[in-house]
This record gives sequence, structure tokens and C-alpha cells, in this order.
Amino acid sequence: MFALAAPTIIDNLLLKFFSEQTVNYVIWPLIQVGLVVVITTGWVAYATYLERKISAFMQARLGPMRVGPWGLLQPIADGLKLLTKEDFIPENADRWIFFVAPYIAVVAAFITLAVVPFGPDWAVITDVNIGVLFVLAVSSVGVLALILAGWSSNSKYALLGALRSSAQMVSYEVSMGLAIIGALMFARTLSMSGVVGAQASDKIWFFFYQPIGFVIFLISGIAENNRAPFDLPEAESELVAGFHTEYSGFRWSLFFMAEYAAMVVVTAVATTLYLGGWYFPFVYRFTEARGYHTAYVVISLIVFLAKAGLLLYLYFWLRWTLPRFRYDQLMDLGWKWMLPAALINIVVTALGIGVVQGLDGVRGMHTIVSISSGLALTPTGKIITVGIGIANLFLTAGILSLINWRSRDFNLKKQRRQIRLVDLPKGKPAVAPVETVSEARP
Amino acid sequence: MHQVEIATTRQSLLDAPEMTLNMGPQHPSTHGVLRVILKLDGETVIDLDCDVGYLHRGMEKIAENRMYTMIAPYWDRLDYIAAVSNGLVWVETVEQMMGLDVPKRAHYIRTILTELNRIASHLLWLGTHAMDIGAVTILLWAFREREEILKIFERQFGARLTCHAWRVGGMPNDAYDGFVEDCQRFVDNFPKRLDEYETVLSENRIWLSRTVGIGIISGEDAIAIGLSGPALRGSGVAWDIRKSRPYAAYADMDFEVPLGENGDTYDRYLVRMEEMRQSRRIIKQAIENLPDGPVNAKVPKLIKPPVGDYYHSIEGPKGEIGCYLVSDGTQQPWRVRVRPPCFINLQALKQMCIGHLVADVVAIIGTLDIVLGEIDR
Repeated sequence: MFALAAPTIIDNLLLKFFSEQTVNYVIWPLIQVGLVVVITTGWVAYATYLERKISAFMQARLGPMRVGPWGLLQPIADGLKLLTKEDFIPENADRWIFFVAPYIAVVAAFITLAVVPFGPDWAVITDVNIGVLFVLAVSSVGVLALILAGWSSNSKYALLGALRSSAQMVSYEVSMGLAIIGALMFARTLSMSGVVGAQASDKIWFFFYQPIGFVIFLISGIAENNRAPFDLPEAESELVAGFHTEYSGFRWSLFFMAEYAAMVVVTAVATTLYLGGWYFPFVYRFTEARGYHTAYVVISLIVFLAKAGLLLYLYFWLRWTLPRFRYDQLMDLGWKWMLPAALINIVVTALGIGVVQGLDGVRGMHTIVSISSGLALTPTGKIITVGIGIANLFLTAGILSLINWRSRDFNLKKQRRQIRLVDLPKGKPAVAPVETVSEARP
Repeated sequence: MHQVEIATTRQSLLDAPEMTLNMGPQHPSTHGVLRVILKLDGETVIDLDCDVGYLHRGMEKIAENRMYTMIAPYWDRLDYIAAVSNGLVWVETVEQMMGLDVPKRAHYIRTILTELNRIASHLLWLGTHAMDIGAVTILLWAFREREEILKIFERQFGARLTCHAWRVGGMPNDAYDGFVEDCQRFVDNFPKRLDEYETVLSENRIWLSRTVGIGIISGEDAIAIGLSGPALRGSGVAWDIRKSRPYAAYADMDFEVPLGENGDTYDRYLVRMEEMRQSRRIIKQAIENLPDGPVNAKVPKLIKPPVGDYYHSIEGPKGEIGCYLVSDGTQQPWRVRVRPPCFINLQALKQMCIGHLVADVVAIIGTLDIVLGEIDR
């Protein structure tokens, strides 16, 4: 109970030393930021541990077991090792860009967390009213880091990795941004907390309204994060380590952290937009719980992290199951499949909302509760919207196959062949001495 | 081939400078110390050259200064993934030169162990090939099965990887107690595992798009270059030395030879997967019909083959591994020459790669299943 009452106690303590305004607008935000950074860094560190354990579980082995019980201290040992390693800079590298690039990557990944609502009240650092736009804008800065790193290394593998990453991120950002629009139509706001609130007031996850949007967002998110099966910029077996081939020690670990932090961001945004954010599944009444406010915030945080963790598990699962795409196939997928699907999704969602609104009041049908905080629908309205979402799955599949019916990828299953088995006749005995005897003989 | 034309036209139009990329000798997926010098237009390969010899140990020259029995352990280190098969071609050549009559039981045990070795080699190929294309988990799964085979090797030969398996005229020891049971257990468990691998890869859309139509080589070209083994059969050429010139106990075995159609990476993948099934079938027959009796022929104390040139080859996991021996009647061979399957298969790399992307080069190196120990010798 003491721990839960801590914020009030600290608040009173701070007020003795600082003015109320300083406490409210400087010190508490700083504490919040510190908390979020520390928690995210820990989450990132243990995401690597989890990934190693989960991949081990999939590959019939144990994973890290030596450092601490079940290898729990492995991330700390890794971090210490990386900190103490030599910071190597290639002779012909562009020194300053080489220095700066990893920081851009980390900053771009972490700064997005400023608008992610981890929970209610103090668990969100700031609620910008264009939060979703902010996330999209800042996360696309991350690509700069990769390009700079690849270019400044003055290495061919790094350059190829940088070229790939720029092309890849630009193509997938488009469909990622378009996929979100569907959810925003229901939320009627760009604020991240607002989206969560809209799902709470409608008492449904936007995942059910937007199955296609969710899938496109996740796939584009994986591609945006350069994770397998889209890990072309750092494709280990082709480009050694891609854009960070020449990096070592702590600078390398910054890239590593940036990658995992970006993963955390994408899963967090997906949770916020599609999986009801920090609300406990199907229970939306605790909002008014008084007296236990801090406990409520902590539980919400845990719920949020659990939801994001499930999506993170999906990331790991895909990574350790699927082979890697080729560069041109990745572009095909982005422009021929993801982008049209996102566009179809927008059109169908808009039409669907129009239909639901139009049906309101027709023959005593009642579909809309209110549009003050997002689009709150009655059960009838929900059934219609979910139905349209499911119909959209088939519609999108149909249109995509119409667009791509001639492409190579679409017809791969047909090209799959069975091999022939032949029973060859058995021949003569094995060795026959060669007739000619060579002339030169000692 | 149309991709090549596009690549060259684009270059002449835009006058873009081509980039030379040294892939290897330190590179995660050149399977050792192969150096591939790529000329790239963007990511398209317009020219390619292989630089080999980083692992040259002078095997053939060393062999000229050793007695026939002393050479055999060197021979195992040619293709260290398939040490058992490599050893077999040497001892069989010497046995044929000497006219030794190897007992039937030895032949059967040789068949079992070389087929186990073939499976082990193919599993390693599967794992590394899949990892080159990005499916890392398959590697660990394949190693799990390979481990079972290596355990049998360890019990039989005392070593796991570079096992010196044979003696001229037979075997160093009879099969250990429980050999048949171990093999039986492997034979029983293996198909399930193989199906697992196929579930993950064969129908996988990404796997298909990465392998179908990549690295095509026609049957005529394959014969002209001298490809052998799965690389040749993937192009639809029916040639298997186990069938055409049966050695060891293959004449008694009932098995089929898988043939591909288009000669692309996917066909070679399917051929190797099916070969593992056929190998299992051979092992199953061999342990069911394993005869009793001695495992060694009567071998003279001094091995002095009669004067002459001899060539003998067997179907190794990678292809036809042959041994050309010139004897001058002394205890040492006058000249030894290996017919290296990987070295010759590697010659197809250029033809397969040009016009494809860098990522495909890696996939094609993987599908050729090369081992640098044998290429560089």
C-alpha cells in the first residue's frame, strides 16, 4: 500500500522545496520520462532475452542458461560486455556521421514513446492531439540513421544495406499510414489516448472493425522495423550485417536497442489503435474506481504490456519461422499487395460508416449511440460494422487476386512441382581398370 | 536470360559504374573460404568470378609420398561433411586394384554407414541452405537429426566428424553391439522429422518465391559442365552411380532415383529431400538383411598394387567422387587425382547466377552444396 501511495508522499515532499508550478510542469514530467525510459530500456533488454528463450524453445534447445537462474541476468552481462568493448571506427569512414548515426536511431525510436499511452493518468507522458501523426513522423526519422550509418561506413555491404533500408522503409511507411486511417475514422481523433477512449466508450476493440487494417499495420510494422522476414537491410547471410557491418561495441548496441525499441513502439501503437490500449479486455468499468487510483493505473500498465507482449511474441514467432524475402519481392509485396489493400480498406470503411449512419433511424433501426467520443455504436450497428469488416476480408482478397492474377508470386503454388522417381536399371560392376597405361614412368 | 539483357542495356544507357563486390573469403554464407568476385549493377549480378584455393593443403601431392593404407585418413578430410563416403572411394579403389574379395557383411555395413553419411550431409545442406535464405530454425532442427547419426558414428568409429571409417579390405571393427538397434531407431524416427521440415519449407510461399526459377541450369548444360549428384539430377538427368555402376551392396538394394524437371533451386531442394527418404529406405533394407560373417578380406601385409591406371568413383552426397590412381608397383602411388564433385559443381555458379540478385547468389551457393575442403584440397 505504501508503494501505491508513494506518488502522493513524493508530491507533498516536493512541494516543500519547489513551487507548485515547478513540481507540476517540470519535476513530475521529468520523473515520468525517466520512468518510461528506464522501463522501456528494461523491456527492450528483456525482449532480447525473451527472443533468445523463445527461439530456443522453437529450435529444441535451452537458450541462455548460464548467467543467473535460467540465464535471467544475460541481458545485463551482454550490456556490460558491449560497454567495455572497443569502439572501432574504420579509417576511411566519415567520422562525424559515423558517430551521430546510432544516436539518431535510438532517439527516433525512444522519442515516440512520449505519446504512447501506457495507461491512464500519469502513465502517459504527454497526450498530443496529433499523437498518431507524431508517431508516424518520428518513426520515419529512424530511416535516416540507417542511411547515414550505411553511407558513412564506407563499406559496400553497409551501403547496400542502407539502400535497401531506405527503399523498404519508404514503401512500407505509405501502407502503414494508410492502414491507420480506417481505425481513425472510428476514433474521430488523432490523439492516442483519444483512440483508447473511443474504443472504451464503444466497448469494442477496433481490431474487430478493422481486421484488414490491423493485418496491414502489423506487416508494415515488421517491415518498418527491419525484422525477419523483412530484415533485408541487415540480411545476415547476404550483407554480413548490412548497414551496421562496421559498427562494434556500444555504438552497435545502440542500433540493436533502437531496433528493439522500434519494435516495442510498433507493438504499442498497434495495441493502442486496435487492441483497446490499456483497458482490461471486455471490462471498461474500472475507470471510476476511486481510492485505488494508483493500483488501477499499475494494473492498466500491466494489461498494456501484456497485450504488447503478445504482439511481440508474434514478431518472434514469425522471425524464427519464415525465410527472408528478396529485395524485389519485398517491393512487390509492398506496392502490389499492401498498398492496394490499404486503399480498399479505406474506401470500404468509409462506405461502411456511411451505411451505418444511413441506417440509423430507418424503420426504427437504431445504430449509433453517440459520436462525441469516437463512433459509439449500438449492438445492431456493431454487428453491421463487424460484418462489413469480415466482408472486406473477402473483397480485398478478391480485388488483390484480380490485380495480381498474372504475377509470378500469385501463381507460385501452381509452379510447385512434384519430382519424378525413376527406378534405373542396374549396370555393370563398379571398377574397370583404364586400358591405357601412361607412358611417363620412373 | 532476359534479365541479363535488361541489365546490360541499362548500363550502356545510363553509363552507371558497376560495383565490384568481394563476397568472401570471410562471409557468413560462402560456406567456408570461397571468394566470389561479383560485378554488380545495382543489386543485379552482371559478372561473377570464383577465387578458390584458400584452404589448399596439397592432398594429392601428400598422397604420392604415403603408403596406400596411410593415405586413407587424409582422404576423409577432403569433404569433411561426408568423411565416410570419401574414405570409401579410396579403400574401394585400392581393393579393386589389389583384386581383394571383401566379405558381404562388410559391404552391407559400408552401405548403411555411407547412406547415414549421405543423410547427415544432406541435413547439413538443408540447414545451411535454409539459413542462407533466412529460415534459421531449420538449421537447428536439421542438426538435431544429424546428431543422432553422429552418435552412431561416434560409437562405431570413435569420432564424430572426421571419422576414419574403413580399412583396405574391410572394416577396422565389426559393427558395435546395438548398431542395428540404433539404426532401426533412426530409421523409425526420421520420416516424421523430414515431414516436419517439409511442412515448414516445401509449401512456404516465401521459400517458393526464393527458390522457384532461381539458378536454372538445363540438362545439356549440366552434362557439359560435368555436374553430378543432386545438382545433375535436379536438371532431370537420370544418372546415379549407385545404379549405373553399383558398388558396395547397392546391387542388392531396392531404391529409386528422384529427378527434377527445370533444374532450378527448388528442384534440387526436392531432389535432396527425396534422396534422404530413399537413403532411409536403403538403410532399412540393409539392416533387415544384414548377413553374418567376417568383415575383413585376407589382405597381404604389404599393399603393392600391380602397375596400371585405375579409376573408381562412387555416388557421394555431393556428386560423383572419384579417385584416379596410377600405380608403379611400389607401396606408394605414383600419381593420385581426386575427381571432386564440389569443385566441378561450383563451375556452374557463374552460369546460374548472372542476371539474378545478390540474395540469389547466396541461395545458389547454398543449393550447390559445396564444401571448401574438397574444392581447395
